[in-house]
Amino acid sequence: MAGYLARRLGQSLLLLWLVSMIAFAILHLAPGGPLSQFALTPGMSEADMQRLAHQMGLDRALPVQYAEWAWRLLSGDWGRSYRDNQPVLLVIFSHLAATFELMLSSTVIAVLLGSWVGVLGALRRHSMFDALSTVGAMVALSIPTFWFGLIVIYVFSVKLGWLPAGSRFTVGDGSFLDFLHHLIAPSLVLALVTIAIWSRYMRAAMLEVINQDFVRTARAKGLPERVILTRHTIRNAMLPMITIAGLQLPTLLSGALVTETVFTWPGMGRLFLDSISYRDYPTVMGILMCSALLVLLGNLLADLCYAVADPRIRLD
Amino acid sequence: MPTDAALAVQLDQPPAGSRALRRFRRHRLALAGLAMIVLLSMNSAIGPWLLPFDDLFIDVMRRFAPPFAGVHLLGTDELGRDMLARLMMAGRVSLTVGFVAMLLSTALGTVIGAVAGYYGGLVGTGLMRLVDAMLCFPAIFLLLTLAALVEPGLGTITVIVALTSWMEVARIVEGQIRALRERDFAVSAEVMGASDRWIIFRELLPNAVAAIVVAATLIVARAILLESYISFLGYGIQPPTPSWGNMLNNAQQYFDRAPWLAIFPGVMITLAVTSFNFLGDGLRDALDPRMELP
Repeated sequence: MAGYLARRLGQSLLLLWLVSMIAFAILHLAPGGPLSQFALTPGMSEADMQRLAHQMGLDRALPVQYAEWAWRLLSGDWGRSYRDNQPVLLVIFSHLAATFELMLSSTVIAVLLGSWVGVLGALRRHSMFDALSTVGAMVALSIPTFWFGLIVIYVFSVKLGWLPAGSRFTVGDGSFLDFLHHLIAPSLVLALVTIAIWSRYMRAAMLEVINQDFVRTARAKGLPERVILTRHTIRNAMLPMITIAGLQLPTLLSGALVTETVFTWPGMGRLFLDSISYRDYPTVMGILMCSALLVLLGNLLADLCYAVADPRIRLD
Repeated sequence: MPTDAALAVQLDQPPAGSRALRRFRRHRLALAGLAMIVLLSMNSAIGPWLLPFDDLFIDVMRRFAPPFAGVHLLGTDELGRDMLARLMMAGRVSLTVGFVAMLLSTALGTVIGAVAGYYGGLVGTGLMRLVDAMLCFPAIFLLLTLAALVEPGLGTITVIVALTSWMEVARIVEGQIRALRERDFAVSAEVMGASDRWIIFRELLPNAVAAIVVAATLIVARAILLESYISFLGYGIQPPTPSWGNMLNNAQQYFDRAPWLAIFPGVMITLAVTSFNFLGDGLRDALDPRMELP
């Protein structure tokens, strides 16, 4: 276990190193590079720019610059936002909670609803329900999330007036109910894709388990179907889903960004878009690095949870 | 010399290609998807010539004309431009971006995967770790970052969509090539003095074509979605060139007056993406029954 953990950590660190190189390359591909923040300042002469470049160390060899950038990254100095001169790390942390909230609520919805659809589809294979849920999942995966969000806002906010059209809470109303009220629409929109994915994988996982010997044994023992289903099949089918949950993290993050933009949700996606339109490269890079870090961590965690949840898995 | 009976048995086995075709024809959703793709493409290619309105023509007297009433079949937008004409022209743009991005990313993924799988070693490991690293970034984050760096245009948008979509093909090709390169037929080709390029492209790659075709079809769907999203945000295709995504740009502010501005382009995107997804699904069942994905 310890050996496995060390190896996995090593792999993740290697990937993180590659990720940082890609991010660094993008930062330096930016027109004007890190200097672009000064490009529009009036009264900057060519000599000023060169002096600045020298001050910022931009006239040195690229590997040296990378080493220094990476070192500062490691020591927690992710640069300052061009917009309000706040430390990037602080800005990102202040937006993380909103995104997590959205991701968590839609994951809960997906796990409950998607599992149900998947289990039922597998139990009644080739039935009408199975066929419909298969087609439905495919269509759900094809609907552009941002457009679906617009339609939800149109129907439930503009026409029916049931749900707020965006943001995280009404100003001045700090109640939990108000907060939930705002959470419904965006988390359902984000959940559309997650439910579709989750139900497909759950169906496949159920089909794997459903014909195994231990299920037949359970049935031969005379256990009621209900107990077989909950104690034996679903429990075992859920195991690989832990890995799936980890692997779906990038998709979920992408979806959260899209949903946040439509619902003016003050999370990381919203921050990312605002930073892009301000050409706030340090923040953009910070979010890129942060999201990659989250994805790597999520995958690592999923693998470990899998090992803990399934004693048959020996990690070595 | 085989007997007549043996010959008859051999003749009973249809060639693999027609078996795949039969399996594909049984997949009704895939057929529907294919038909819809043909319809959408024809509609975008030929449609604009059949309409009395240009997509840029501004009918000042009939702004916000509702659909299914009057001369504008699908209504007009906030400037009085014909929605149907715009949807068709936007279809040209969006489908082209999706298709060309698919070609570019499939080519890139195939080359990288083939090189990594065939040569293996440090180069192969390095390339595949690059693929892993690229997949750590949520696709849209990477795409938007690149979109902010380039001058938005048809070419650049296509290229950056392709740059964020090639990784899966690379993984598929690498796996296939690595698995096949020690097989007898590949080794014998090597012994016979075939060049690396010959072995990769003539001996090994044809075995991966089925998987590549399936992945490529799904990439078109994904590329159309990605393009529509960044165009919706204003970083993709720039107006007045219409794309299904940028037509949704202003739709939100006219919800009350003209909900059709928001509905039609989204329906077109959904139709196109669903069709390509169904087609890809059917192709997977037809070409490679072993690869049953959930």
